[in-house]
Amino acid sequence: MDTKNPDVARPVLEAPDIARVLTRIAHEIVERAKGADDVVLLGIPTRGVFLAQRLAAKLADITGRTIPVGSLDITMYRDDLRMHPPRALARTEIPADGIDGTLVVLVDDVLFSGRTIRAALDALNDIGRPRAVQLAVLVDRGHRELPIRADYVGKNLPTSLRETVKVQLAEEDGRDTVLLGDRPTAPVGEQ
Amino acid sequence: MMRHLISAADLTRDDAVLILDTAEEMARVADRPIKKLPTLRGRTVVNLFFEDSTRTRISFEAAEKRLSADVINFTAKGSSVSKGESLKDTAQTLEAMGVDAVVIRHGASGAPYTLANSGWIDAAVINAGDGTHQHPTQALLDAFTMRRRLVGRDEGLGQDLAGRRITLVGDVLHSRVARSNVDLLHTLGAEVTLVAPPTLLPVGMDNWPCEVSYDLDRVLAKSDAVMMLRVQRERMNAAFFPTEREYARRYGLDGERMAKMPEHAIVMHPGPMVRGMEITAEVADSDRCTAIEQVANGVSIRMAVLYLLLGGNEPAVTHARTEESK
Repeated sequence: MDTKNPDVARPVLEAPDIARVLTRIAHEIVERAKGADDVVLLGIPTRGVFLAQRLAAKLADITGRTIPVGSLDITMYRDDLRMHPPRALARTEIPADGIDGTLVVLVDDVLFSGRTIRAALDALNDIGRPRAVQLAVLVDRGHRELPIRADYVGKNLPTSLRETVKVQLAEEDGRDTVLLGDRPTAPVGEQ
Repeated sequence: MMRHLISAADLTRDDAVLILDTAEEMARVADRPIKKLPTLRGRTVVNLFFEDSTRTRISFEAAEKRLSADVINFTAKGSSVSKGESLKDTAQTLEAMGVDAVVIRHGASGAPYTLANSGWIDAAVINAGDGTHQHPTQALLDAFTMRRRLVGRDEGLGQDLAGRRITLVGDVLHSRVARSNVDLLHTLGAEVTLVAPPTLLPVGMDNWPCEVSYDLDRVLAKSDAVMMLRVQRERMNAAFFPTEREYARRYGLDGERMAKMPEHAIVMHPGPMVRGMEITAEVADSDRCTAIEQVANGVSIRMAVLYLLLGGNEPAVTHARTEESK
C-alpha cells in the first residue's frame, strides 16, 4: 500500500534481512514437516507468489528435492467483494499433482486482519483436501479480526492502525524491502 | 458508469482487454474438480429469452451457475408474453421479484437498450442478442478465441488484436454477430474485411470501420482468421441469391479454399453451422476450425462479464457511449 508521501516510510527489513528470514522459515518448515516430503507451497498474489518461489528454491537447496510451488488467487472469495468495484483477477496455478493429502503452506507478504487467509482457506476447499494447511508470512503486523495465526513468521511488527506496511520485492518492485509508513486515514482492510 | 452490456461498440479497448483477461482466469475454473466460485452468491439473474436460442441460453446459464448466482429462466413461448404482456410489464414483474441482472435476447433491435434506459428496472441488463443489431458476448468470445489462437494464452494477457487481419464472410445483412464483431475488433485494433454478396450487405455501411470485398479467394490469402457467418434463412423473406449451390460455390468455405489461407490462420463459426452451405464438413471438422472452442470460450467470457458487472458494488467496466448519463 503506497503512502501519500513515501519519504515518511522507513525500512524495517532490508534485502539481506529478507533473505535471512526466508532461509530461517525454510529450515523451520523442514523441521516441522520432518523433511518436507509432502509440502506444497501456494503463494497468494501478488507478492506471496514470489515469496513462495523463493522459499521453494531454499527448500530445494536444503532437501535436494523439487518442492511443488503454485499460486492461489483469492479475489473471488473475498468477504469485501461487494464493497469495492470488481478487482482484476490474478492467476491460480495449482501444481500438477494437486493438493490432496499434502501439507499446503500458504505464503503471503503481510498478515493483518486475517481475512485474506480466511478467503484462501475457502478457495483451497474448492481445489482439494490437503492433509494440513499452514501459513508462512514475511511480516505479521497484528490487528487480527479473525481467529487466524501464522505458523512461520518472518518478523513480528507491532503497528498502529494509522501505519502502513509495504513489502517490496525485486520481482515486482525492483528491490527487496519492507517499509513502515504513516497514513492519514484509518485503514479499511488488508492491502 | 456502465452497468449494462448492450453493444460491443460501448466497450473501450481497456474494458475489452480487461474482460478478455478476466475470462482467461475464469477458463481455468473449468479444469478444476469443483467448477464453482462463490462470487455471485445470493444474486439473482434472469435469462429473458423472447427468441429461440439454445447455445446462448445454456452458455449464460452455465456461466451464472459457475459463479453461484440464482438463475431463473424465462422463455417467451408459453409465458405471459404469449398472452400479450408488454416488455414493460414483464420488466416490472421481474423488478418486483428483486432481480439483480437480466440477460435478454429479443427479436427487436434495441429492446435491451430500451430495457436498460427506460427506468423500468434497476437490474443490470446484458444483451444476449437483439434482432439484427448486437450480440456483444459473442463478439467478446470470438475475440477471446482469436487472441488465444493467434497471440497465445499467457502471451495474450493484456494484449489486443492490433494488426491482425480478420475476415467475416456471408450474411452480414442479418447478422448481429457481424455488427458486434466489426465494432469490437476495430476497438481491439484488428483490420476487418467483410466478404458477402452485395445483396447481403446492409445499406449505409460507409461509416463502418472495415473494408468490403466481393472476392473471397483474394482476401483469404491474407487473413489471420476467417469467420463464416450462417446464412439466416429464417430472417430471409426475399431471394438474396439465386441458388444455395451458387452461394456455396462463391462464398462457402471448402477444403480447397482453406488451403489458400496462411498456415496459422483459423476458421471460426458462431454456430449453428449449416454444413454444405457456408462451410463444408471437411472444413468444419478440421483442426483449424474453432467452432467447438468458441462454445467453451463463451462460458468463460460470460462468467467474466457477469463478474465484472455484478461482482462488486459497482461495475469494473467503465464507460458506455450509448448510455444516457444520469
